[in-house]
Amino acid sequence: MTVQEIIERLNLGVVTSADPNREITGGYASDLLSCVMAGAKAGNVWVTLQAHPNVVAVASLLDLAAVVITEGVVPDAETTTKAEQNSVTLLQTQKTTYAVVGELTSAGVKGTGAE
Amino acid sequence: MADITKIQEIFYELQVSEVMTSQVVAVMPQTTMSQFEELLRGRRISGAPVVDETGNLIGIVSIMDLIQALEKGQIEQPVADHMTTDVEVLQDNERVISAIHRLQSTGYGRFPVVAHSTGKLVGILTQGDIIRGTLKQLDMDYRRLEAQGYRQRHFFEDILSENTSIVLRYTVRPRDLSHGGEASSHLKRSLTSLGIRPEILRRVAVATYEAEMNLVLHATSGGRIRADIRSHQLRIDVTDHGPGISDIEQAMRPGFSTAAEWIREMGFGAGMGLTNIRNCADEMSLESRIGRGTHLRILFRLNQAQQ
Repeated sequence: MTVQEIIERLNLGVVTSADPNREITGGYASDLLSCVMAGAKAGNVWVTLQAHPNVVAVASLLDLAAVVITEGVVPDAETTTKAEQNSVTLLQTQKTTYAVVGELTSAGVKGTGAE
Repeated sequence: MADITKIQEIFYELQVSEVMTSQVVAVMPQTTMSQFEELLRGRRISGAPVVDETGNLIGIVSIMDLIQALEKGQIEQPVADHMTTDVEVLQDNERVISAIHRLQSTGYGRFPVVAHSTGKLVGILTQGDIIRGTLKQLDMDYRRLEAQGYRQRHFFEDILSENTSIVLRYTVRPRDLSHGGEASSHLKRSLTSLGIRPEILRRVAVATYEAEMNLVLHATSGGRIRADIRSHQLRIDVTDHGPGISDIEQAMRPGFSTAAEWIREMGFGAGMGLTNIRNCADEMSLESRIGRGTHLRILFRLNQAQQ
């Protein structure tokens, strides 16, 4: 499943788009950055309601496919600029993290655990 | 799976103009079907576009049209009587991926290509052209990566000394959240250029990030990160001058955090930072004195044989 496909399927808003054709390797949901650093893998989609610049730093370091920011939270200009500069895809939705994770799982994006 | 994605990448990047055959064998409307037949045999092609004197595409004639002409005994008639006039074309600036979709959905063996700017015939595209063009691009990309890979893998061999180390130094400012993660990002990129393997890169990125954020969030005057890279190991020293950790064992416990509310609101302060570092590193040591500062040492072993 590619980033573009989940954008269409979940009707996500696109804040920044780095590589829409990138294949998604799995999913991770957490609002605690250290947990994401420990558990998420390259190519994963990260679902969170955090929208500050450090979200971009984490996504870039881990080489994530995309970040879905939930609950209608809108990333500020600093975050958006940083995402553009670091080629990080930021997507946006009004839905809750729980709902998004459910839809992604139904679509076939499996969860990445800290095994 | 990775190889298929690479080819798909090329399909999205390449333009029709880059893979098409530009030496087009075309015929004029007054060319006879029997002359067309000779052309097919001589040039070993299965069809040709029909152009007028000014180079405009007015039709396309194929071997199927020739068979029909033969059956009706109309072999001396002009091509204009047998050609298909409603020609499907490709633009020269279209991507190969769209050409593939057109070939698949129409079932045609070839498409004439017209220049986007002038509309005149500039080439012809077949599946064979796409395969050849893609292989050529793959080969070029492969060579480029090989050259890069060589440089990366042999960096330490090319530098002659008894013991070579590269030292990278970073300063981390306290509470500077907008630059938080920058040092780890720069270190990761530098290590990539030096050819460090991806699995090790990820562990280094995670550990350095956690250490860097600890400096940003907890160190009163920030701190320094020093990465000492040698052929067989990478050692990272993270130092600050305060406030110091009172109980190291407690600090190392997963979930324990001294983070203030403003830190937790941003998703920090999970109390997993030092644990993450310990899990990522091959060796780790932490020393601290209240009021003096903290010194964190992280070691990664680099297997020479695999570099």
